[in-house]
Amino acid sequence: MGLVMPNPGTIIWMLIIFGIVLFILKKFAWKPILNALKEREESIASALNSAEEAKKEVAGLKADNEKIIAEARLEKDAILKEAKELKEKIVAEAKEKAGQEAQKTIDQARQQIEAEKTAAINDIKKQVAELSVMIAEKVIKKQLDGKGEQEKMVDGLIDDIKLN
Amino acid sequence: MLKLTKGFFLVLILSLLSLGPLQAQHGHEEGNTHVTELEAGNEHHEEEGFNAGEFVIDHVSDSYDWHITSVGEKHISIPLPIILYSKHPELHEGKAFHVFMSSKFHHGHDAYKGFEISQSEEFKGKIVELDAHGQEIGKPIDISITKTIAGILASVVILLWLVLTVARSAVKNKGKAPSGVQNLFEPIILFIRDEVAKPAIGEHKYEKFMPFLLTLFFFILINNFMGLIPIPPFGANVTGNIAVTMVLALFTFFITSINGNKHYWKEIYNPDVPWWLKFPIPLMPIVELSGVITKPFVLMVRLFANMLAGHLIVMVFISLIFVFGTLFGPAVGLGASPISILFSVFILLLDVLVSFIQAYVFTLLSALYFGMATSDHH
Repeated sequence: MGLVMPNPGTIIWMLIIFGIVLFILKKFAWKPILNALKEREESIASALNSAEEAKKEVAGLKADNEKIIAEARLEKDAILKEAKELKEKIVAEAKEKAGQEAQKTIDQARQQIEAEKTAAINDIKKQVAELSVMIAEKVIKKQLDGKGEQEKMVDGLIDDIKLN
Repeated sequence: MLKLTKGFFLVLILSLLSLGPLQAQHGHEEGNTHVTELEAGNEHHEEEGFNAGEFVIDHVSDSYDWHITSVGEKHISIPLPIILYSKHPELHEGKAFHVFMSSKFHHGHDAYKGFEISQSEEFKGKIVELDAHGQEIGKPIDISITKTIAGILASVVILLWLVLTVARSAVKNKGKAPSGVQNLFEPIILFIRDEVAKPAIGEHKYEKFMPFLLTLFFFILINNFMGLIPIPPFGANVTGNIAVTMVLALFTFFITSINGNKHYWKEIYNPDVPWWLKFPIPLMPIVELSGVITKPFVLMVRLFANMLAGHLIVMVFISLIFVFGTLFGPAVGLGASPISILFSVFILLLDVLVSFIQAYVFTLLSALYFGMATSDHH
């Protein structure tokens, strides 16, 4: 029976001791310990949070960078394309202009050649005619030296007219 | 599972004892030094051999002095203060209030100032008052520092020292990594907070109960452990003392009752059951109210019985050596000792586990009761 019957003296002491222990530990131990634990947990949580945020920021920066690079690349491509087109256009224009110029020069040269040819021919014709007249004069002069010759000629001329 | 194991070993011991007479009996009761040494205060029973029951019960029950060992006739023990208040000062040199050391009783053999440690059937082992003719007339108010109280004081000193050290380093290491003994305590504190208090009481209300739950857990745990160390000032059967577990359970009971909200008390006095269960005979309120009482009662008995059983079994195994020794002679006793020691060590290790489990269970159930008392809805 002694074991299962609580002894009043022990109960009183136990109440006092446990009460004091509870009070002391509550005030001087558990409060600071639990506070410290909580504080540390919060600081760890906030550190993790800020790390996460920093990570996100870095990821954002990276994405931004990539975007900028992609934009720059696009712009470069556009500029290159434009330049190429411009070049081709210029080259084509130059070619066309040169062609036209050459054609013009050729035409001019041809016209000049034609004109000079005509002039030359005309000159030759004139000289030939003069020469022919000169020759004919000399020939006629020689043939009409005697009277008989003149009369013959006149007769011939008259014959010609009659024939007509 | 643990109780089953303990039951199994008890059966084993009993069967071993019953097998005893089959073996050859020779040379008992002669020159068994172990027996005389451990027979404590009963030198008049020396001829009767070793009394295992008394030996075991003596070791687990409370006493007025702290017995360490006896060498032959000489008892070595730590005297503890006796504090008494008598309603009959005329029997005690005219004073009502008495404080003296237990050594004045000379291990229960002498009376002192009209007080005596009773050997009678009714008050066995308790301090009684004697009238002028040396007859027992009853017990005085007895608030002596007994072995249990001394054990509690010793472990409380260690508990306070440990926990206050942790608190100091917690303040010192604020916001930094824990150091030293803080590393040992913090996981346990976190375990109590995150695995016991938070799920049982709830995220918003648990904080209020944390100091009590932590004190409870560490108090039980440290006393359980100290009870397993067989060297004074440890080794007192503190958590296997029903008065101690009763006070712990009372704390849980009062904290539950004080913090019980309207909902909790309504569930007890006016639960949601058909009216005929409440009127004319308030059947359900009686059941619910008895539940309020049985919960702490069960807490009290569980811790008490588990720790007591652990101590008992270890002592039984130890006493087996001397039982064999007195029955079959010292040779058999010595031969049986390795097995006994092996079993004792096994049970002690089991008790280490039980110490943890019981501290945890007591704390968990207290937390659950607090949770029930403060919950808003079922």
